[in-house]
Amino acid sequence: MMEELALHIMDVLQNSLAAGARNVELDIEENSDEDLLTIRVRDDGKGMTKEELEKVQDPFYTTKRDMGVGLGIPMFKWVAEHCDGHFSMESSPGRGTTLEATFRLSHIDRPPIGDLASTIFGLVASCPDVRLLIRYKGIDGEFVFDSKEVKDMLGEVPISDAHVLRFLKEYIGGNLRDVMGTA
Amino acid sequence: MAEKGKIKTLDQLRKIREEAKKAMDIREGKYEYKIVVSMGTSGIVAGAREVLRAFLDAIAENGLSGVMVTQTGFMGSKTIEPVVIVEDKAGNQVMYGNLTPEKAKEIVERHIMKGETVKEYAVRAPVE
Repeated sequence: MMEELALHIMDVLQNSLAAGARNVELDIEENSDEDLLTIRVRDDGKGMTKEELEKVQDPFYTTKRDMGVGLGIPMFKWVAEHCDGHFSMESSPGRGTTLEATFRLSHIDRPPIGDLASTIFGLVASCPDVRLLIRYKGIDGEFVFDSKEVKDMLGEVPISDAHVLRFLKEYIGGNLRDVMGTA
Repeated sequence: MAEKGKIKTLDQLRKIREEAKKAMDIREGKYEYKIVVSMGTSGIVAGAREVLRAFLDAIAENGLSGVMVTQTGFMGSKTIEPVVIVEDKAGNQVMYGNLTPEKAKEIVERHIMKGETVKEYAVRAPVE
């Protein structure tokens, strides 16, 4: 099992990459007034048919080819629903996929968001050709990160250069720390 | 309590770009090594994110340039996750399995920096 929501997020974003997405948006919002945590991922990958969409959410369905990846979505769905939240996915072939999971912020079994900085830093550094747009709306403010902005500023310098990695690690980690509540 | 991060704006990237460019010109922009991390669900459950992070941290700490880190989905080796493949510029590949952040650091220090295959952690993909 995954003990951090940031690991589920890593898994969902990996699905987007596997679907050939070039643009991936991740929105996370902590809303203490409504006692709600919302995680939304939108991608422009190849999308799924209605039938595929049902299968991907079904823990009892797996193909041999999918072994090892078949349980990610059902686990995430289960955690959201167990924490008084909702889980929904929308998709159609050629039009990408949108996933939304909500949780009651104060639910005793809700996993912590966890090391979101490592999830985001890891993804940004290891898939430079994908545009990742990340918005974290926390109780203490908002952090927006657009990997295209970074890429445009770097020009021909690769993101995996040591100087760049050192910067991104602190930039992403520091800014997330500033806006993340206790979630 | 919100601790204010030292680096707050992207503007500093401009300066970093110049530094990185100098290093790049020296090695003519070629990648010496590519590290591919298997990041399927089973990999993530087994600690692949921490391993990815450890590779990136080790590259940053050792000031390396010319190492590309990428990720892929499930590589078909569930029993030995976390798994990575290290490929040199000639295309020679070594697969490492059952990794931890400590082992990842060691692979950077020995394989990437000294060109030595870390035999203790090298694995062959099991036939499934």
